[in-house]
Amino acid sequence: MKQPLTGQIVSEDTTGTLRVKTGFAEMMKGGVIMDVVTPEQARIAEDAGAVAVMALERVPADIRAVGGVARMADPTIVEAIINAVSIPVMAKCRIGHFAEAQVLQSLGVDFIDESEVLTPADEEHHVNKWNFAVPFVCGCRNLGEALRRIAEGAAMVRTKGEPGTGNVVEAVRHMRAVTDQIASIAGLRDEQLFAAAKELQAPYELVAWVAKNKKLPVVNFSAGGIATPADAALMMQLGCDGVFVGSGIFKSGDPAKRARAIVEATTNYQDAATIARVSRHLGEAMVGINIDTIPPSERMQERGW
Amino acid sequence: MVGALGASTVDVRRPEDLADCDGLIIPGGESTAIAKLMALYGLYDAIRAHHAQGMALFGTCAGAILLASKIEGALPDQVPLGLMDVTIKRNAYGRQIASFETLLPFEGADGGEVRAVFIRAPRFAEWGANVKVLSTHNGEPVALREGRLLAVAFHPELTSDTRVHKYFLENVVGTQVI
Repeated sequence: MKQPLTGQIVSEDTTGTLRVKTGFAEMMKGGVIMDVVTPEQARIAEDAGAVAVMALERVPADIRAVGGVARMADPTIVEAIINAVSIPVMAKCRIGHFAEAQVLQSLGVDFIDESEVLTPADEEHHVNKWNFAVPFVCGCRNLGEALRRIAEGAAMVRTKGEPGTGNVVEAVRHMRAVTDQIASIAGLRDEQLFAAAKELQAPYELVAWVAKNKKLPVVNFSAGGIATPADAALMMQLGCDGVFVGSGIFKSGDPAKRARAIVEATTNYQDAATIARVSRHLGEAMVGINIDTIPPSERMQERGW
Repeated sequence: MVGALGASTVDVRRPEDLADCDGLIIPGGESTAIAKLMALYGLYDAIRAHHAQGMALFGTCAGAILLASKIEGALPDQVPLGLMDVTIKRNAYGRQIASFETLLPFEGADGGEVRAVFIRAPRFAEWGANVKVLSTHNGEPVALREGRLLAVAFHPELTSDTRVHKYFLENVVGTQVI
């Protein structure tokens, strides 16, 4: 298995190295990545100071409302968004659907999100992300899930939350799970790390790396339910490196203003006066869904293994 | 990284954070996003004023874009600091799939080539007579120095090699590195 953050020996120009992939994710730290479904929305996101956009056919709230099988977006939409903005463009493939990932890489997307928001294509295997030059981000609910994705080649992770709800409670649960589990293995003795690896169902080498360095080997963003500037500040204070905002912006009353406000709150997450200022008169937030009204079978976070 | 070289550091988000700085590093990231926040908090004028008083500046990738006097392919409202006599082109090597790492000689860094990580990197299109080329890739400049300004198209901060940062502290800021 490849070690995290130790680049291969490189003497000539080499693309797709682990350092090039994880380093790109590092460049987005402290920033906001916004879901967009049209070139116009992408430009609003870029103007608001997003560090990247996620090109989609539907935002998670609409995927939830429409039901049925959710797939990779039409390449026409992805290309139109790529052509509309100068910032990086991400796109989602289904869990395990490496052919969709191949298509997205060929379109020139800068990052692929192997996402539980879409209907999984494989109930046992995720994409072998080492086979791609383009970097991947994957969802996680806890440390073991994060490390399994990193072992498969993910260059970035994001806690899942519950997409399309506008309810931050699951995002909080998952971020706390990851940070608490990192803290709990940080003090373990060598022989205990083998047991911890077994319990976390994650490769020993990665578990030992996390225990030693007291952090994940890749950038970890928060996702799934962030709808307000204060939500973004909450997640940043809980230890994430940045935030994904899905339905929260373009399902709200004044998307441009809310997008700018969430960017400012993410940068100044410890400055309550700034968060108070940007939270004023944002118009209507997305309505939101209470988690206990969603049957477990319809919870997107349960997808992925 | 400069902390490991003995410098004391502070995160700069607002003009007042610059008060005691001898040098400012503008790192990689999205130049559009950084520029928006700089404009919002009045950092353009503050950085220019501190630089006029002697503060050294080091920009990597997005930071190098912001130091330039002209940006090719800029958004209408994307304005550089205009301090360095260079024209720079954004995302000039292509999208992420074309991002790469390599080894390059770097004038002023002892001990052989430095590892250079180029991520959606910019390209220096033009540079003035007083701008010194410190490193090239395929014959094109990728690290430039002009007085108290250092602009690098790649990301020395993504490696464990501190020599480019040491060069900045010793030669551009002009401090003793321990």
